[in-house]
Amino acid sequence: MITRILVSGFGGQGVLTLGQIMADIAMRKGSEVTWMPSYGAEMRGGTANCSVIISDKMIGSPIATTNIDILCAMNTASVTKFIDKVRPGGLVFVNSSIVKEKIERTDVTVLEIDASNIAVKIGNLRVANMVMLAGFLLKTDLFTIGDVEEVLKNRFATRNPQLIPLNLEAIKQGMEACGA
Amino acid sequence: MSKIVYEKSKGLTEKQLSYCPGCTHGIIHKLIAETLVELDVLDRTIAIAPVGCSVLAYDFFNCDGIQASHGRAPAVGCGIKRTHPDKIVFTYQGDGDLAAIGTAEIIHAAHRGDNMTVIFVNNAIYGMTGGQMAPTTLIDMKTSTSPIGRSEALMGRPILVSELLATIPSAAYIERVSTHDVPHINKAKAAIKKAFQYQVDGKGFSMVELLGTCPIGWNMTPPDAMKFVKNTMLPYFPLGVYKDAYAEGGNA
Amino acid sequence: MKMLMKGNEAICEAAIAAGCTAFFGYPITPQNEIPEYMSFHMTDRGGVFVQAESEIGAINMCYGAAAAGVRVMTSSSSPGIALKQEGISYLAGAQLPCVIVNISRSGPGLGGILPAQGDYFQCTRGGGNGDYYMPVYAPFSVQEATDLIFKAFDVADVYRTPVMVVADGMLGQMMEPVEINARPPVKTDKSWATNGESGTRPRNVVNSLNLNAEALEAMNHARFELYKEIEQKEMMVDNRVQDGDEIAIVAYGAPSRIVINAIDELKAEGINAGLIRPITLWPFPYDVFQNLPKSVKHILVCELSMGQMIDDVKIGVAGKYPVNFYGRCGGVIFEPSEIADAARKIVKGGC
Repeated sequence: MITRILVSGFGGQGVLTLGQIMADIAMRKGSEVTWMPSYGAEMRGGTANCSVIISDKMIGSPIATTNIDILCAMNTASVTKFIDKVRPGGLVFVNSSIVKEKIERTDVTVLEIDASNIAVKIGNLRVANMVMLAGFLLKTDLFTIGDVEEVLKNRFATRNPQLIPLNLEAIKQGMEACGA
Repeated sequence: MSKIVYEKSKGLTEKQLSYCPGCTHGIIHKLIAETLVELDVLDRTIAIAPVGCSVLAYDFFNCDGIQASHGRAPAVGCGIKRTHPDKIVFTYQGDGDLAAIGTAEIIHAAHRGDNMTVIFVNNAIYGMTGGQMAPTTLIDMKTSTSPIGRSEALMGRPILVSELLATIPSAAYIERVSTHDVPHINKAKAAIKKAFQYQVDGKGFSMVELLGTCPIGWNMTPPDAMKFVKNTMLPYFPLGVYKDAYAEGGNA
Repeated sequence: MKMLMKGNEAICEAAIAAGCTAFFGYPITPQNEIPEYMSFHMTDRGGVFVQAESEIGAINMCYGAAAAGVRVMTSSSSPGIALKQEGISYLAGAQLPCVIVNISRSGPGLGGILPAQGDYFQCTRGGGNGDYYMPVYAPFSVQEATDLIFKAFDVADVYRTPVMVVADGMLGQMMEPVEINARPPVKTDKSWATNGESGTRPRNVVNSLNLNAEALEAMNHARFELYKEIEQKEMMVDNRVQDGDEIAIVAYGAPSRIVINAIDELKAEGINAGLIRPITLWPFPYDVFQNLPKSVKHILVCELSMGQMIDDVKIGVAGKYPVNFYGRCGGVIFEPSEIADAARKIVKGGC
């Protein structure tokens, strides 16, 4: 079993962090996992992406920009660039606060998440990436909200404990907005 | 009963110097060696030899020695001193090595304030490679690569290293001295000793620029070469302390 | 305990655990995490970090620290490694141990910052002047990168030689779970070090100059005797070719993982292929190519370059098999399907 995830958006939308959180969870659950960012000049203000590959055996290429199982697209450029790279039957999570175009492909499952607006509503645009996690929790069985909480505690407990409830709230609001 | 009034410094090995007759490298080696003995640091000193006439300096100083690639001695010194801060580290460099190919390394050793001593011998020429023009070669001076004399229009005016390094905030002590007669040699010794004392005291980067001769490269007799330093080099390369961060009322 | 770490950061952790106490570097993408990590974690643990004025400055600081007897490392990326070659030649000439990490990028010139393997020649053929080689390790995972860092420091000390660890930007930037398998550094005699202890022993000199032709020739012969020993004892290869495989695909470093995916694809459709992955690029595992199973009829070399390692493969093959090549360069990374296509054509073509 191998899951190829691509998280893509503007630099600053937290796409790399979102990928790292998922990679961290996968490692704790004993899976093989790789996280691979796009890097260099394109990070600075342009579109950034990261590949996360989760598998039960050794992972070959760490790059998931083709044959994507799950595309998490936080801006329009990400949809334009990668929608055709999602495998038939794949999942597409779209930040519908920013992406207004309808996805025309009918052979993939699309979930629209009003991520940026929800994040602003709870007081911090920077947690839009965590709102997107709702898609993974609702449509996959890769991990549970408890797994996310454990990683958040590990990341923030000592230096920024106030970020833990904020991030969890973002996820919950995302799930509710998607009808959970 | 006879008593010893002068002997070769224990800071030098028994190896015969490889320098040409009338060249001032020998004098400068002696001043450094005496200083290391007088400060009682010889057995914890590491000498770094350059590329150029003094490439074999590691054979002459009676302490640990390293030969560095052309111009890089200050970087090598940084690597040693940072990992062995209780040892005494000095580089010995000519004007091709320090003022041409090694400009980045010397400027940044001073810029970091590396606590080491640089002995810079300025004889206005590349000696070992056969008397080519150096950045310090004087205007109209003939060399094997400026056969009709150095042209200011083509090559600019000679670089003033002490003045340049004195502008660097973290340099602690910069002085230019000469070796063309005994009074000046004595002053040169005092400057070298002060520079090493600064290092012993942890005061930071020190450099002594010594005006020296190259009778072969200049095509002069040794006495004429000494006169050339006095009459021609000194007016362009003024002697003095260019930076002393710890001077009374200091010019730091 | 496993940690999720970037290749670049894991390399630093391994180096510190291996007893590296000095790091000298200079910024260049895609290796910046290394000096950044060292600037904090090396000094935090009592070591020395200096951001040099250039790659040339950094390698010469390494030369000084290595001469003075400490375990020292520098890192850079392709154009920066080119600048270090003068210093690497000096390290080899003066027989000084030093670990040089090359997180390579595409070239020539300033090239690009994306992963590439166009540095094979400059790593294995002595980019600097003179008769020398240095051991070159090419890990394919973050875990293997850390394990090889320990190896690199030990080999550097034992043979008194610079050692390079070459990974591309992909391995430097990617995160994987990793466990730092720390082991005590191999103990070697460093009584030759110019560490300023001449009060307690005869004075030491570190030097690569020798103006006597016969003496310098003898020194080179002695060094090449050492190289023979390195070739015999330190060569490493991950040879996965099995009896029944028709085609051997040769790749190194992180791109070999893409080849592993391609091989799975080929096997699924009944084409038996096996990977040969040199772990040491020098010494190169030439003998592997003389001892392949009889079933092997074809060789395919895959590199993120126009073809550099292929020269070594051809030396190893010595005319026994046709040697084919598939490569991408400039920072373009091949897909498993491209390699599978290339292999399919070769096998079906029956040449």
